[in-house]
Amino acid sequence: MEKYETHVHDVLVIGAGGAGLRAAIEASARGASVGLVCKSLLGKAHTVMAEGGIAAALANVDPQDNWKTHFRDTMLGGKMLNNWRMALIHAQEAPDRVKELEEWGALFDRTKDGRILQRAFGGHSWRRLCHVGDRTGLEMIRTLQERGIHSGIDVYMECTITKLFKDGERISGAFGYWRESGRFVVFKAKAIVLATGGIGKVYKITSNSWEYTGDGHALAYEAGAELIDMEFVQFHPTGMVWPPGVRGILVTEAVRGEGGILRNAKGERFMERYDPKRMELSTRDVVARAIYTEVKEGRGSPHGGAFLDISHKGADFIKKKLPSMYHQFLELADVDITKMPMEVGPTTHYIMGGVRVDPENGASTVPGLFAAGEVAGGMHGANRLGGNSLSDLLVFGRRAGWGAAEYAKEIGDNTLKINEEDIEKAARELLQPFENADGANPYIVHQTLQETMQDYFGVFRVEDGLKKGLEELEKIKRTASRLKIEGSRLFNPGWHLCADLKSMLIVSEAIAKSALFRKESRGAHSRVDYPESDPEWGKYNTVIWREGEEMKVGRRPVPEMPDELKQLFTEVK
Amino acid sequence: MSEVVLQVFRGTTREQGELKEYRVPYVEGMVVLDALHYIQANYDGDLAVRWNCKAAKCGSCSAEVNGKPRLTCKTRIDSLPKDEPIRVYPMRAFPLIKDLVTDVSWNYEAKKRIPPFTPDKNTDWIMFQEDIDRLQEFRKCIECFLCQNVCHILRDHGRKDAFFGPRLMIKIAELEMHPKDILDRTEFLRKEAGVGFCNITKCCTEVCPEGIHITDNGIIPLKERVVDRYFDPVMWIFRKISGRK
Repeated sequence: MEKYETHVHDVLVIGAGGAGLRAAIEASARGASVGLVCKSLLGKAHTVMAEGGIAAALANVDPQDNWKTHFRDTMLGGKMLNNWRMALIHAQEAPDRVKELEEWGALFDRTKDGRILQRAFGGHSWRRLCHVGDRTGLEMIRTLQERGIHSGIDVYMECTITKLFKDGERISGAFGYWRESGRFVVFKAKAIVLATGGIGKVYKITSNSWEYTGDGHALAYEAGAELIDMEFVQFHPTGMVWPPGVRGILVTEAVRGEGGILRNAKGERFMERYDPKRMELSTRDVVARAIYTEVKEGRGSPHGGAFLDISHKGADFIKKKLPSMYHQFLELADVDITKMPMEVGPTTHYIMGGVRVDPENGASTVPGLFAAGEVAGGMHGANRLGGNSLSDLLVFGRRAGWGAAEYAKEIGDNTLKINEEDIEKAARELLQPFENADGANPYIVHQTLQETMQDYFGVFRVEDGLKKGLEELEKIKRTASRLKIEGSRLFNPGWHLCADLKSMLIVSEAIAKSALFRKESRGAHSRVDYPESDPEWGKYNTVIWREGEEMKVGRRPVPEMPDELKQLFTEVK
Repeated sequence: MSEVVLQVFRGTTREQGELKEYRVPYVEGMVVLDALHYIQANYDGDLAVRWNCKAAKCGSCSAEVNGKPRLTCKTRIDSLPKDEPIRVYPMRAFPLIKDLVTDVSWNYEAKKRIPPFTPDKNTDWIMFQEDIDRLQEFRKCIECFLCQNVCHILRDHGRKDAFFGPRLMIKIAELEMHPKDILDRTEFLRKEAGVGFCNITKCCTEVCPEGIHITDNGIIPLKERVVDRYFDPVMWIFRKISGRK
């Protein structure tokens, strides 16, 4: 076995987006020695792409707002499949997390009286999204990043983790490689926080960056943790559809929040037929299905989307409130959105499902393994409301960092062991593509996977398709077991993709099996063969776990909320 | 146009590396990064390129296209001359790692040395939009480091030891102009960050993909602060002693 570096920490955080950074800051503040690993350079994580805002019931603009309304909106948006405790903690703590961000240097857009401005968004009863034009994620990640580097955290950039180690049942460390040199690295840690984000890159049309390959989902699954709700993949209604190279790039919901109108090719404001009350500001699952249906029934725009028009608000307003949308369309699609409508269509954006965690501290079912942010499941149920993701990252990032630091403290001296054979095995597995004399091109395997997921596990699903899709996934798995790459270990993207593919295949299978399992339509999961929601299915979360080499699927009752909270929902009716 | 010819720098040292030519099918609206991805998938899987979002929001895919520092995800093929190959080089101001990937870690190390945001403990956090407009302009920075790459002090004179470069100048400007920040970074700015090295050629402003007025709104006001603090009184004393006006 070649030499490898070893780093020792109390808490290792994997992923440096909003959740990872917030977890690392918290764990460090609570006295833990913290290592923060990221696949890219610091500050480039997917959080940087978040646009519309962060949801928190500050009631700066609409004084009627409060945590109860936010909680209720979140649960209703998630079709009551959410973990109520997570939704509650989230609604109650989000305002403090936003204010804290401001105290760390973030500069949100202001109200006339100098407070944080809030805007309307789909599924939110009041104007609730704190924002900075349409680049809220950038503001958030930069603020956390700059807080983080002065918090005594060791940051390991451009490093991919491929394996978690356990000593008995407990987490003891992780194995990875430096993307730059291709050399191996071992982290010894008492606790690990997964904050690796989502899975969008398993789909062909996605708003997600290359990093979104489901690494954390896969690492947790392999380590024996449970995944829940994996059938719930959010297709954001408005991605760019033209030109081909930009297909899938996000068009922020803020366009609709600021008054944008959706029309089909016949000029009809079609949301009147799908959700006459909330129209364009309906929840994302509803709007995505509406656009998809309009296109499928022949009323789509020239490039297979719907028209989204904000031009009636005037050029000054648009350039001030939606500057990056203005530039994005002008520069990439030759469309001046101050004068003409955009063409938009659904794009894979987010996964509601993820690692099943304890709402209080982000602990997974594996001792020492924590998860926060998109990689964790439960908070958003069957459909996430826009703006609830950024607040989720902060609220549960902090709690997971806290939980991990506490756990590490309880462990005391680190006597946890990492088996040398496990390290050798992880190294061998990683280097296999260099050894293969022949095999498949990882880029082509990835493309095939993306097409399969897009075709069979998209906005609408049906039993035959799901079964066919699962068979295709099996074939892809076989092909992917023998990959061939060229070049050396020095910054070799082809080789990097081989490791990412392993994660992508695990999450794809989890999505496929969960989607086939849930025989109803709910939130983002739409079954053509079971078009209605079934109250019986509404009592369960789908669960994925590992048994030997086999991926199992089953269900687990949705935790029941206390009566005083139930009342919030009867009051609405 | 049915095909695009690209010449992409390949190698691990600038001396031994060379341009390699590739032919890529043209698709409407294609950007340079799309072509690089095509090359990876179909010709050379190990072509090293940094990228993340492909939507001009993360600032990872910086390179020099036909000699101009650009984000490759934002550089449309149809905006470049059609009758010559598109030449893609790595950023020159940073050490080469491989192909189009350079070592930009210095930017992170230097940034860490900047005294962080330090707010007044008793503030009410009321801030007005007109007071933060300019700061929000600075905070649009996506850290693509193209401005650092074209800065003469860093690129031609290699003075990373003496000057923090435009990116970090606007970082300091943003902290210094924050209505709630109470720290004084003027001495840091003059000594450690070396604001005096900037000779206002505005090359940084020209390449900024976010259109930030780095020099006019950021660096010049910082220079004025330093001048006000350190040089005006000196001139005043000088004038007193010499009796000149």
